[in-house]
Amino acid sequence: MQQPIPNSQFLIPYCLHLADTTLILSHRNSEWCGHGPILEQDIALTNIALDLLGQARNLYQYAATLMGDEFDEDKLAYLRNPSEFKNHLITERPNEDWAVTVLRQFYFSSFQHYFYSELKNSSDKQLAAIANKSLKEVAYHLRWSSEWVIRLGDGTTESNAKMQNAVEVLKDYTDEFFVMSNEEIELLQQAISVDLSTIKNNWQQKINEVFAEATLQFLYSTQPKIGGKLCQHTQYLTDLLVDMQVLQRTYPNSVW
Amino acid sequence: MITIQSISVKKIWNILETVCDPEVPVLTLTDLGIVRDVKIIDETVEVIITPTYTGCPAMDMIAMNIRLALIENGYANIKITSVLSPAWTTDWMTETGKQKLHEYGIAPPKGNANTIIEDGIECPQCHSLNTTIISEFGSTACKALFKCNDCKEPFDYFKCY
Ligand SMILES: [Zn+2]
Repeated sequence: MQQPIPNSQFLIPYCLHLADTTLILSHRNSEWCGHGPILEQDIALTNIALDLLGQARNLYQYAATLMGDEFDEDKLAYLRNPSEFKNHLITERPNEDWAVTVLRQFYFSSFQHYFYSELKNSSDKQLAAIANKSLKEVAYHLRWSSEWVIRLGDGTTESNAKMQNAVEVLKDYTDEFFVMSNEEIELLQQAISVDLSTIKNNWQQKINEVFAEATLQFLYSTQPKIGGKLCQHTQYLTDLLVDMQVLQRTYPNSVW
Repeated sequence: MITIQSISVKKIWNILETVCDPEVPVLTLTDLGIVRDVKIIDETVEVIITPTYTGCPAMDMIAMNIRLALIENGYANIKITSVLSPAWTTDWMTETGKQKLHEYGIAPPKGNANTIIEDGIECPQCHSLNTTIISEFGSTACKALFKCNDCKEPFDYFKCY
């Protein structure tokens, strides 16, 4: 009989949360493919989508090894229902316009930068390795997205207004980054997960620095939208999954 | 001490030196530094590789090409293991590899893993340093897009990682 893996009842949902979040944002970014404002930026955003998909694959593969032989990365991505996904709500929001897209990427890449900087010291060797590797890619995402926030914020009256509107649109979605789930609290005792309260200040400081240069006003939320980690989602996720999962649902087990 | 074991491992490395990267076909897998180790355990050959970028779609094809090259050379029991740690870096690219990239028309990575991308990467066509970055993201995950202000040609830069 197989030995139970220590902490797996917390580690599996933790990996799935991290994987789902990167997968769903990857999918949203990939929707820009062929629609970017100029070719180079279309390519940039799809490259970021590809990096996030790579992170998601590593995390799903790890979750699958913890879950047992009947699971694999494809089943976890393509055959779970909306009520089983644990992604941050900010990632499932439709793209709206370029301003909302680049601001979401900036918020998220800043978060990932500080998050992975901590996770790379995790006592779980595989999570530490994934974090260390992903961190190199996030450095490029963070630079690219901050440059866009600054270029548009400190641009014309119209581009500034669109960026400020994006700040308004996303203002309720960033608090969720820092809410600890039960499994995160449990895993913290083993030094596996990241203490999200310790990275919040760094994140806010990074946002403030870039916003100062971009002449944007940060808005604090009075009604934060949280619950993604607890599988409480909006209709947007269902719509996204219908699109993303259609092939595997229609032709089960089909391969490239 | 030279043993049968070490001779066999050397043979496998020689085979791997002939396998090319599917996206940048002038580079072999050993030029790129993605083969981390070769082991022979009983009858099984194990090749340990590490991905360049996490989302690099070439990795599955690379694993298949390794398998094919070993089968062609008469090996039957092959295991390919992918490891994430230590994370791949352009610091592992060989000098020969960098030279080949340059001749192929792709500017090789300049500096080390932590070097931040800047204007002034040498143009692989006319060798001018008067070049400007167009985008940090290029035709594949590992490349950025530059233009040369002298010969006016655009070119790919294999960025530091
Ligand atoms: Zn030139």
